[in-house]
Amino acid sequence: MLGFAVRRLMQAIVVLLVVALLSFSLFRFVGDPVNMMVGIETSIQEREALRERLGLNDPIPVQFGRFVVKAAQFDFGTSYQFHQPVSELFAKRIPATLELSFMSALFALAVGVPMGIYAGLNRESRLSKLFLSVSLVGISLPTFFIGILLIFLFSVTLQWLPSYGRGEVVKIGSWWTTGLLTWSGLKALIMPSITLGLYQMTLIMRLIRAEMLEVIRTDYIKFARARGLPDRIVHFRHALKNTLVPVITITGLQLGALIAFATITETVFQWPGMGIMFLQAVQNVDIPIMSAYLLLTAFLFVVINFIVDILYFLIDPRLRVERA
Amino acid sequence: MSVLQIKDLKVEFPGRKSTFVAVEGVNLKVEAGKILGVVGESGAGKSTVGNAVIGLLAEPGRIAEGEIYLHGQRIDSLPDKQKRRLRGRKIGMIFQDPLTSLDPLQTVESQLVETIRTHLALSRDEARARAIELIDAVGIPDAPERIKQYPHQFSGGMRQRVVIALALCAEPELVIADEPTTALDVSIQAQILELMKKLCAERNVAMLVITHDMGVIADITDHVAVMYHGKLVEYGETAQVLGHPQHPYTKSLISAVPRPDIRIERFPVVDYIEKAGAPIRQIDIATHWLGKARAYDKAEGPLLKISELGMRFQVAGSIIRSRRRYFDAVKKVSFDIAEGETFGLVGESGSGKSTIARLITGLYHPTGGSIRFAGQELTELSNRKQILAMRRQMQMIFQDPFSSLNARMRVRSIIAEPIKFHRLASSGAQVRQIVDDLLDHVGLGAAAGEKFPHEFSGGQRQRISIARALATRPRFLICDEPTSALDVSIQAQILNLLKDLQQELGLTMLFISHDLAVIRQMCNRIGVMRHGELCEVAECDALFETPEHPYTRELLSLMPSLELLSTENLETA
Repeated sequence: MLGFAVRRLMQAIVVLLVVALLSFSLFRFVGDPVNMMVGIETSIQEREALRERLGLNDPIPVQFGRFVVKAAQFDFGTSYQFHQPVSELFAKRIPATLELSFMSALFALAVGVPMGIYAGLNRESRLSKLFLSVSLVGISLPTFFIGILLIFLFSVTLQWLPSYGRGEVVKIGSWWTTGLLTWSGLKALIMPSITLGLYQMTLIMRLIRAEMLEVIRTDYIKFARARGLPDRIVHFRHALKNTLVPVITITGLQLGALIAFATITETVFQWPGMGIMFLQAVQNVDIPIMSAYLLLTAFLFVVINFIVDILYFLIDPRLRVERA
Repeated sequence: MSVLQIKDLKVEFPGRKSTFVAVEGVNLKVEAGKILGVVGESGAGKSTVGNAVIGLLAEPGRIAEGEIYLHGQRIDSLPDKQKRRLRGRKIGMIFQDPLTSLDPLQTVESQLVETIRTHLALSRDEARARAIELIDAVGIPDAPERIKQYPHQFSGGMRQRVVIALALCAEPELVIADEPTTALDVSIQAQILELMKKLCAERNVAMLVITHDMGVIADITDHVAVMYHGKLVEYGETAQVLGHPQHPYTKSLISAVPRPDIRIERFPVVDYIEKAGAPIRQIDIATHWLGKARAYDKAEGPLLKISELGMRFQVAGSIIRSRRRYFDAVKKVSFDIAEGETFGLVGESGSGKSTIARLITGLYHPTGGSIRFAGQELTELSNRKQILAMRRQMQMIFQDPFSSLNARMRVRSIIAEPIKFHRLASSGAQVRQIVDDLLDHVGLGAAAGEKFPHEFSGGQRQRISIARALATRPRFLICDEPTSALDVSIQAQILNLLKDLQQELGLTMLFISHDLAVIRQMCNRIGVMRHGELCEVAECDALFETPEHPYTRELLSLMPSLELLSTENLETA
């Protein structure tokens, strides 16, 4: 187990280094950073001085090394647009995105898992058929359309929920802000979370349903029934647990996707998260933000995958023997 | 009073178009401490009887008529909730495949404890103590430690013991065992049967054993019920039914069972078993394409000579040489097969029999030793043309008739493929003619060519496999457990067919099986394998009468005795 964790950690570091190389090369190939930073009237001497000061004349491996060391300390340089440290900009935006993603994931799991179990166990019931048809809608409609639909219904027509922003936020600690503690903050979270989580919810539901149908047919479920175990134990302790391995894989990856690709939802609801910032950065060629975003995304995926692998071990005892 | 009494049971499966009656008019009784065997071939409805008793009929099956009593109390009409309370508490069940009947993600202990606590009002610690007691009682050593392990840490036989412990958790009065030993090796089977017999006597449990295996019936049951097409055809004391069968179906079933004690020329094919499958239109081998071009140069010495053959698989890879782990599937095996002979390889699962077949056909490349076929060293062949020529001369028939035929091809194309591949026929019309003849000859009829494999039963598919193997006009045929997936009556037909073909075509055969009785009927000489090594090679009769190697003796002693069985209408060789 420990050996496996260490091996996985090494692989993770390699992945992050490769992404770091990509994100570093953004600086080299997407325009000249000096030109982006200074005005038109700056003289050539001044430019050269700046170039020297920024270390742009050093050999490339040295520059890359410096980039990695700084990135490891969360120092991604200064934004071209805002002239503020990138890490500070992210610190301001991260809570909004994480909160949104977390709520969407919660929504997706809390609704998707029970629906999936129900549809798997009661294959022929009308309700499961309804779930399946609804889930088709969730899969086939694009996010922005659902978002706009919700805004039209609940903000414009019914005027129940706010159409944009995070509402009132409360500051916790030095930089974390949360909307979970105020009424308006919670109200503001509802529609974006549903919009963002709908696709994941349907995916989880369909996956669990399919896996449940598969597991219910196995001999050990038949044997569990033949031993007279109550349905509760058969369904949840035996069947559900055996469906979990694929479900965890997908859920983990989807959670990463929720955080990294909340861009569209954030745009629709004008959610002040990283997604919007990233879009602006792309429009204004703000390379430090783009490269930091790239690294952050990769980092999130690597961490999530690592956790998923560890979870496999906890769930499935067969893996423990084979790899240990 | 009988523990279980079944009166006039009728089970049906309503379908959209028609209702399928799986079981009809079945009357049975089981007494405490006695074992009743229900025997029949696939589709006879024997498992349905078991499922109906325990109340677990697959959807949409239902009990249409009849009554089931447990200790005089009617149970078939109980509401679902009360039926569930009977399961495990009063009626225990044992399934066929121990590898799949335990939840892989829960320890043995947690599965036992949850079952015990469902039925008996015991604390967690008391349930644990009882679980350890049970595991000990089913003969698993070191129970307190073993119980903490997961199912995959147990071997197949041990898992079946765990399954039995689970079925006995709450001291049921009746245990239903559905093919309890079918998935096990003969030595493990003997142990499990012994255990079942012991538990049945000790705990005074009534047992209903459902099986297709006459050996199991002869070995452990007190009474036997023979089922055919959903109906009970014969029912009585085991010795009586097996020794003096009355019903024609029972007679034909018993005569189709391969005997380890006597060698017979041909399996009697009794009309009662449908589609006897004699060749529909005999072809004259001497003049037919199939018989022509068979004039192979007579090989000097044996046709196949295997010496010091070895196969080693790497099971754990590592960059460091010393940390790699290997498994020797075949260790220095040597034997010869003479032209026209049938050589049998027998052994338990994992003994390396199938690996040898794959080495000979070139599916694996050996890590040591040599294979000489008709004087040609096969391991050194590198020329594609030579390899193809060799492959054409040897063909293989596989165990599983369901996965060895391409489901998306018509039977005609399946059989024509090797003919076209090796360019053995001059025109499309000739290929067609040959395929038709082959299908006729193996007893399927030319019309079968237009169908797809799923339209055939297991035995018919095995006939297709045989036709396909013959299509290259081979001189050497490898049969890897060709009948172990089939019912005995079908097995008898297929074995007869193979015998006939061998005589007509002068084929040389390597016949691989775990079943000593089948081996005895088919082979001239036999090799016994264990852990990748060849223990003993002997003439067929000598092996059975005077076995030399201790392992051979052990295998022979473990075979269920079939002396009870009637020898009526058998022609001994």
